[in-house]
Amino acid sequence: MSRIPLDPRTAPSFQTAAKVSLQDAQLRKNVKHATEVIQAKRKKLVDEKKDWQELREAGRQIRAHSLAHLEIYLEEFERNFTRAGGVLHWARDAKEAQEIVVRLTKEIGADEVIKIKSMTTEEIQLNRALEAAGVKAYETDLAELIIQLGEDQPSHIVVPALHKNRAQIREIFMREMDLPDLGDTPQDLADAARTFLREKFLRVKTGVSGANFLIAETGGICIVESEGNGRMCLTMPETLIAVVGIEKVIPRFQDLEVMLQILARSATGERMNPYNSIWTGVHEGDGPKAMHVVLLDNARTDVLADGEGRQTLQCIRCAACLNACPVYRQTGGHAYGSVYAGPIGAILTPQMMGMEHAQSLPYASSLCGACYEVCPVKINIPEVLIHLRHKVVERSGWWAPEKVAMKAVAAVFRSEKRFRAAQRLGRMAEAPLVKKEKQVEGLVQLKGSETTTPGWIGWLPGLMGGWTDTRDLQAMPKETFRDWWEKR
Amino acid sequence: MKVALFITCYNDTLFPATGKAVVEVLERLGHTVEFPVGQTCCGQMHWNTGYQDEALPLLERFVTQFEHCEAVVIPSSSCVAMMRDHYVLMAEKIGDPQLMERVKTLLPRVWEFSEFLTKKLGLTDVGAYYPHRVTYHASCHGLRSLHLGDGPMLLLRSVKGIDLVEIANLDRCCGFGGTFAVKNADVSSAMLAEKTLAILDTGAETCAGADNSCLMHIQGALHRQRTGVATMHLAEILAGTEETHQCFVHPKAIDGTGVRV
Repeated sequence: MSRIPLDPRTAPSFQTAAKVSLQDAQLRKNVKHATEVIQAKRKKLVDEKKDWQELREAGRQIRAHSLAHLEIYLEEFERNFTRAGGVLHWARDAKEAQEIVVRLTKEIGADEVIKIKSMTTEEIQLNRALEAAGVKAYETDLAELIIQLGEDQPSHIVVPALHKNRAQIREIFMREMDLPDLGDTPQDLADAARTFLREKFLRVKTGVSGANFLIAETGGICIVESEGNGRMCLTMPETLIAVVGIEKVIPRFQDLEVMLQILARSATGERMNPYNSIWTGVHEGDGPKAMHVVLLDNARTDVLADGEGRQTLQCIRCAACLNACPVYRQTGGHAYGSVYAGPIGAILTPQMMGMEHAQSLPYASSLCGACYEVCPVKINIPEVLIHLRHKVVERSGWWAPEKVAMKAVAAVFRSEKRFRAAQRLGRMAEAPLVKKEKQVEGLVQLKGSETTTPGWIGWLPGLMGGWTDTRDLQAMPKETFRDWWEKR
Repeated sequence: MKVALFITCYNDTLFPATGKAVVEVLERLGHTVEFPVGQTCCGQMHWNTGYQDEALPLLERFVTQFEHCEAVVIPSSSCVAMMRDHYVLMAEKIGDPQLMERVKTLLPRVWEFSEFLTKKLGLTDVGAYYPHRVTYHASCHGLRSLHLGDGPMLLLRSVKGIDLVEIANLDRCCGFGGTFAVKNADVSSAMLAEKTLAILDTGAETCAGADNSCLMHIQGALHRQRTGVATMHLAEILAGTEETHQCFVHPKAIDGTGVRV
């Protein structure tokens, strides 16, 4: 059941990976269909909230406040969680977090774990580490199960198997669960998964999860989900280990009032998540007998230190930005080469995994702003993308062709004289590439107007060649506006 | 009113007809147009591509050229968005409090062409005539940054003779995104393919917009595919009247199998 995880350190550039995705017609159809369905559900439920913009602002403030006082709330969480009988572990990076979880499984003698869907355990590639230590991890989220059985990779933060359709899922289940007669209705597939998973829930004594929120005031962890499989993992095992990013803390229990409203509506287009579980330590006769939280930094403090990038950590992983993104719509998630795909992935991955591994991601956006518009905690993703692009440019050498060109153009724009000269020069330079079109017969010569187009360019060299692969470019007219204005 | 025109670098070079049309509409409405000659570019391409150091002097240049003006009209929604969304942050980076003050004083007087008509002048009918089937492409910046809303549609709806058809998924990006169109040409083309299909589905002869950069992108595919559909800046549609409209049919429209007057 091993698969190669998405890893920005080894992934190809977005441009290269996108080419592959764009050729997969089935994948694109699946992604378009699924994102359209979720978007429509979200829109309906957001529109019914008259105070949606106020809720967004409240969500932003709660998250921004938590981040501004992170050390206070994390320590408060530690005190209250420990008092409730939990054991807290601090992990500086992915490796430390892996080691802690592996050590805990060794201590209790577990050779298998059941998992709730979790982005942090994907981020630290926990399943691989567990496997290397001889511990089998079973994903119990339906979509994660599909991914795991299909030896695939998640392509969406909330709906990781969004790129698969029912027929494809049926094939995976038939093959991996040995069910030759399986039907392809949602009922058939859910039944198969239920039978497959139920046995694991009853047998496996250790659960591994992430968390949606850590509540500082109570020391509780909050996990929301749609299937109930998560709650199985929370209630059945003797030991629960939650791996949670340090940014997930919120100050008060009451803050959930805002967070749960915006999260469910944004993520799945539901008024409330079907399963909202809050666990606070251990209780005799109820739930796990031992509870661990591994608090994961993994470069989050570096992101926090960057004034312009910091807002990225406000993210509550609703994936509304993925569903709204016209780029994600075309490529799906795998092209991003990271467990965090889409617009949020394009800003989170380079900041967390290092700019050198994800230089193409800040450019994987047309800056259309659809992500910012739907973000329930108002992360200005386009602004952060531009900030990260600046960082990429700063890292590139002066000899990079694009940089040389951009600097030259900037010099042109700094002087009206140079600008005019460049306009003339441009017209001369493009002339050999311009195809004039024949005047259509029978057209009237119009008074006071140019009667033919300046012509079209169908091929451009070098950096600009991508344009003319599918598009023509209108050539420059003989007279610029300022020339006309002066003669007027 | 004395209105200063910031034509923008690419309109100046590639789409002078749009500038002429803006002048025509504003003068017809009784305003005086001035054109500060030192103007070049707002800095959008550099800023959005990550070349901040190169963009900063262009902010100072714009402010110096236009701060004396009563109103600045710009026929390009993304350039206006560039100013509103980033100029304050840019002034902060430059770290000159005086410049910051000048930016903050100037910005409220900067208008995108259609919003100058609808919001500043409170007009929707500017006496235009355009007897063709038209659809409108709402560029992302116009929609989500400037919140132009139905302003451009109201202007178009008031045009005499027009057959205005709404496009499906109006809020979806055409895939231009400045340097995105060449840096991620494949994805950009895939996005554009959906947009051109939506335009063709309307049966429109002309796709209008408030941003020639998106329209240049869309026109690039419409022309490559020999669809016969032309793109045209909103100003060029508004510039035509029953007496003069022939003069303001965009040259692109007479190309190939396009619009005939």
